[in-house]
Amino acid sequence: MAVISPVATRQAEPSRKRRRGGHRLVPIAGIVVLVIVAQILTTAFSIPVYIFPAPSDVVGAMISNYPLVLTHMWPTIFEAVMGFLLGNSVAILLAVTFMYWRSAERMVMPMAIIAHTIPVVAIAPVLVIMMGSGFTSKIAVAALVCFFPTLVNMVKGLRSADRQSIELMQVLSASKTETLTNIRAYACLPFLFSALKIAAGSAFIGAIIAEWIGSQQGLGYLIIQTTYSYDTPLLYVVMLAASVLSISLFSVVATAERLIVRWKPAEDS
Amino acid sequence: MTVVTATVTEIDELRVSDVTVTFESNRATVTAIEGLSAVFPAGSFTSLLGPSGCGKSTLLRVISDLIQPTEGTVNLFGQSPREARTTRKIGFVFQDATLLPWRNVLDNILLPLQVGGGGSITDHADPHELLKLVGLEGRELAFPHELSGGMRQRVAIARALICKPKILLMDEPFGALDEITRDHLNGELLRIWRTTRTTIVFVTHSIAEAAFLSEQVILLAANPGRVQEVVTIDLPQPRELSIRDSMKFTNVAAHLRRVLEVC
Repeated sequence: MAVISPVATRQAEPSRKRRRGGHRLVPIAGIVVLVIVAQILTTAFSIPVYIFPAPSDVVGAMISNYPLVLTHMWPTIFEAVMGFLLGNSVAILLAVTFMYWRSAERMVMPMAIIAHTIPVVAIAPVLVIMMGSGFTSKIAVAALVCFFPTLVNMVKGLRSADRQSIELMQVLSASKTETLTNIRAYACLPFLFSALKIAAGSAFIGAIIAEWIGSQQGLGYLIIQTTYSYDTPLLYVVMLAASVLSISLFSVVATAERLIVRWKPAEDS
Repeated sequence: MTVVTATVTEIDELRVSDVTVTFESNRATVTAIEGLSAVFPAGSFTSLLGPSGCGKSTLLRVISDLIQPTEGTVNLFGQSPREARTTRKIGFVFQDATLLPWRNVLDNILLPLQVGGGGSITDHADPHELLKLVGLEGRELAFPHELSGGMRQRVAIARALICKPKILLMDEPFGALDEITRDHLNGELLRIWRTTRTTIVFVTHSIAEAAFLSEQVILLAANPGRVQEVVTIDLPQPRELSIRDSMKFTNVAAHLRRVLEVC
C-alpha cells in the first residue's frame, strides 16, 4: 500500500545518507587493497625485509615491540602537546595584541615571517644547542612550527568580522574590548580552527625532528636507531605510530570545533 | 540658576544644518554631501530618495555619529549626534540584518543593553513585547540561520527599538529582500511606526517604497549630494497596501520620478 505523506518524502534522506556512508568505505577499501598488493609483491619478488618489509613483517614487529614503541611514544606526545599549547597560545595572544597596538604588528610580523622561512631542520639544532637535549628544546621546536600558521590565521580571522557588524558596535558605542569579545572572537574561530588543525600535524613533526638532533628517547630517537640498524619493519611501526598520534590530535581539534562553532557561517552573504 | 552656554539648542525635531562631508583619499578630495539642510519633525516618517552617490547613507552616518561632518551641525532633539548615540536615542537598521550568527534571537535583541554602557539603561522595551510587535512571537530561541531574510530584518528592527530610541535610522533595510516580502514588511513597518511613534529616517532607492511609507520625501541629487526637492506625501493615514493601486498614489509616484530624472 502506497501512503503519500510528508514522511514518505522524508524517507529519502536516510537512504541518501546510507549511500554516503557507503562512500566512506571506499578510502578504507583503497588502503586494504594497497596492503594486499604490497604483501603479494614483497613475497613474489622476495624483496629483502630491510629494503621494503612485507605488511606481515610490520605487523610482526608491532606485536613483538609494542612496549618499546609505547615507551617512546609518551615523550613525543608530551613534547608535541606542550609545544602545540605553547606555540598556539603565544600566537593567539600576539594576534589579539595586534588588534590594540598596530605598530606591534609591524614590528613583530617581519621577524615572524623570517623565522618561518628558516627550515625546521636548520633551526632545530640551534635550539637544541641553546636549550640542551632535554624536553625544553623539543617543546620549543614544536611550538615554533605551530606558531606561524596560527598567528597569520588569527590576525586574518580577527579582521574578518564584517564591516556592518563593526558599524553596529560603533552605533552602540561599544569599546574595542566589547567589539573584540562580542564580534571578533567569534568571527575568528573558523580561521583559528583551520590553523589548529594544521598545527596538530606540525607539532609532532617539530617534536620528532628535534628528537633526531639530540635525544635518548621519543619516536624521533627510535626512527634514527631503527634506520641505522636497518630494522626497517620497526621503522614502519614508528612511522604508523607517529601518524596515529597526529590524527588523534587532529581529531581532538576537529571535535572541539564541531562542539564550539555551532552556528552557520554567515547570514545574507 | 541660568545655563550660560548651551552647545545645542533645545528643539523638538531632528535638524540637519548646512552639512558638508568631504572624504580625503590619496589622490583627490571627494565631496559626498554639500551644504545639506533638512528638518525631520518629531514622530514623522521621512524617506531619503535619490540616485547612488547622492550621499543618502553618508547622511545617516553623520546623524548617527559614525562620520563627523566637515562642516555644519546636526541637532537631534536638543542633543549632538555623539550625545544621542551614547544615550541610545538612535536606533540603526542596516541593509543586511547584521545579526550575530552565534547569538539566538533574544540575545541579539538584548545586545544594545549589554555593550557600550547599555547596562545602565533602565527605561528599555520588553524584548518579548518587541518580538510580538515585529510578528515573531515565540521565536526567542531561534538562531539567525533558522530564519528567512525577512524574519532576520524583523529581528534587526526589534533590536533597534530595544532602547526606545527617539529616532530610527534605516539604511535600505528591505533592499536585499524579494518584492513580496518587501511589500509585506513595508505594511508592517507603518504599523510599528504608528505604535511606537518613533521618528523614522528611511533611505531607499525605490520610488514606490518612498511614496507608500513617507509623510515627506527628501529627494537628493548626486555629485555632490544635495537636496533637490522636499515633497510632502499627501496620502491618507493609516495606509494600506491597496493604496498603491489608487490614482492619487500613481500621481505622487509620477511626481517623484519626474524630480528624480533631473537629479
